[in-house]
Amino acid sequence: MLTISTGNNAVAAAVREAGTAVVAAYPITPQTEIVEQIANFVTKGSMKASYIPVESEHSAMAACIGASITGVRTFTATSSHGLLYMHEMVNWAAGARLPIVMANVNRAVGPGWNVWAEHTDSLQARDTGWLQVYVATVQEAYDATLMAFRIAEDRRVYLPVMVNLDGFALSHITQQLEEVKAGDFIPPLVLDHRIDTENPGGYGCMTSSVDYVRIRSDIERSMRDSVEVIKETEAEFAQRFGRKYSWTDDYRCEDAEVLILSMGTLGKEAEVAIDILRDEGIKAGSMRVRWMRPFPELDLRDRELVVIDRNYSFGFGGILAGSIKAKTGKDCYNVIAGLGGQEVTYNDIASFVRNRKTGTEEWFGVKI
Amino acid sequence: MKNKRLVTLMPTVPDTEYIHKCTSACAGCSSDLILRHVLKAAGPDTVLVVPACCTSVLQGVYPNTSFGIPVYNVAFASAAAVASGMAAAFEELGKKTNVIAYAGDGGTVDIGIQALSGALERGTNFLYICYDNEAYGNTGMQRSGSTPLGARTTTTPGGKPHPKKDLDRIIAAHNLPYMATSCSAYPQDLVKKVEKALSINGPKFMHVLAPCPPGWRYDASKTIEVGKLAVRSGIWAMYEREYDTLTISGQTKAAMMKPAPLEDYLKMQGRFSGLKPEQITEIRQSMERNLRLLKLEAEGTC
Ligand SMILES: Cc1ncc(C[n+]2csc(CCOP(=O)(O)OP(=O)(O)O)c2C)c(N)n1
Ligand code: SF4
Repeated sequence: MLTISTGNNAVAAAVREAGTAVVAAYPITPQTEIVEQIANFVTKGSMKASYIPVESEHSAMAACIGASITGVRTFTATSSHGLLYMHEMVNWAAGARLPIVMANVNRAVGPGWNVWAEHTDSLQARDTGWLQVYVATVQEAYDATLMAFRIAEDRRVYLPVMVNLDGFALSHITQQLEEVKAGDFIPPLVLDHRIDTENPGGYGCMTSSVDYVRIRSDIERSMRDSVEVIKETEAEFAQRFGRKYSWTDDYRCEDAEVLILSMGTLGKEAEVAIDILRDEGIKAGSMRVRWMRPFPELDLRDRELVVIDRNYSFGFGGILAGSIKAKTGKDCYNVIAGLGGQEVTYNDIASFVRNRKTGTEEWFGVKI
Repeated sequence: MKNKRLVTLMPTVPDTEYIHKCTSACAGCSSDLILRHVLKAAGPDTVLVVPACCTSVLQGVYPNTSFGIPVYNVAFASAAAVASGMAAAFEELGKKTNVIAYAGDGGTVDIGIQALSGALERGTNFLYICYDNEAYGNTGMQRSGSTPLGARTTTTPGGKPHPKKDLDRIIAAHNLPYMATSCSAYPQDLVKKVEKALSINGPKFMHVLAPCPPGWRYDASKTIEVGKLAVRSGIWAMYEREYDTLTISGQTKAAMMKPAPLEDYLKMQGRFSGLKPEQITEIRQSMERNLRLLKLEAEGTC
């Protein structure tokens, strides 16, 4: 079915299509529309689920944890300060191996108080054991949310998945959306370690270092196994519904001599910049990184890199650039751009490429 | 596991044990005793949600467990919210399983109060039990909002300068179907109240006094005696409240008529050593005010 939708409503539609049983959430701009829409679905009866309007984000994730451990499908959504406030439980969800799906609408962190797009909120949670995908279109927000349930609930994974979409730049814009009938694409959830009175046991109890290390390393093993599960899921999605996704969204990369690497909606802006640069004779390509965890194998060869980071790790640098350097040993020109919703046009991105100085970092619009 | 003696002494208390003999509780721990009776009253179709507190240690170290029912240890502030999610999920699954949150006073009156208030307000179908040892036991006896005036803890070495937070009136303000207070020294009262609570749909709350030998600094053999003195002196009142109808329990009615000396209760415990006479007066006045208000409420005149 073809409709026009916002990014937020696309996420809500996917949550309904997935047959989610429990949604617990707390509103925060620019995520609010997602939870309002789900509350509407539940109230009007078009979604058979329990919607728990909790009193805080900490409780939202806690309620999802309580529901998920019984073996039912759960979802929540948040943004920025909401994600930071639930951080303790975000760690808990992964450690407890619960396949919770959460949409995070990327927003800057205050002060100064700012409701516009930035990735520093979710990137602060990148070491929690959650899988993280960053999307760039309304359609992708829908598709990735749907796939997130299947990936999280796969026995080889049993880890929560965070779907990240840029505040306003994606959450509130309208684009064409094709909804699908998920059917058996998402099988019923069977959680092997669900809490069950027929089979009493202790969950989350005191653990010796020996067992703790084993449990932690198991999370990493599942992270690695999730690579295969993501590939399978995206391949089957393409086969069933006709839309192809991969670790990176590549645009004119084959013969590129310089690559722009970015995440989220700036990656789409970069594609327009590539066309401009190509017209000028600059052989450029765009590689939008979709999955931040597990981190992708990147085919960078000997090309020059311009990495745009809509985030920052103070005292260190742009997080995507740092990750690429650490994983591939390749240096780049790192541009910090788009923080707090700062406007970054395709012309700006083209100029980053024209003026690139590999081995340096630059803050777009300011000098530090 | 049958315990013949227990059956003859307390015919109304089920004889099945859900806490086994290998718990890591301190000698004389009354919160262990409370939980033992709570689980007897609740039966096997029960899931316990436990935030960080002594009880999360009491269970023992993974992969062992001293409990015969599923127990979910969760983060300190989250018990009531986790229980909310669990109750909603059981409802979606069409299961009647009892969801009981069992939390210390710190996890209830301090860090967990937001989640608890939210769950009560939303009408969550669960029983929340706060066992009150009047300090943070797990981390080595620091003060909590529930620590009484003048009590020495590791963070109030000179005695706590502030009175105990009135949790029960905060809970009562949520106008819930059932709430009750009890004390570890009266297991039959406890069992009766838990059974009643679990027969009611919606949010239920119980506040149970849990004397704690290392925290209160008395000999482990005196746990029952201290608990009984708390009730007999009137410093701890036992009652039930169903919406706005208050029923004072027999033991507290007796204490209202002929109270045991408050000083006996205070003197038994090392944590009250060094109380100033004016502090004793203040404790007595606040106790008398509490009993007066409860009496008026029970008589329907307040
Ligand atoms: C967020 C957070 N802060 C602090 C702690 C440390 N902590 C664990 S248990 C506890 C005190 C528990 O006290 P109470 O709820 O009264 O239960 P008790 O230990 O007395 O049984 C504290 C402070 C924690 N686990 N989590
Ligand atoms: S510190 Fe007190 S409440 Fe905690 S286990 Fe020991 S006796 Fe029980």
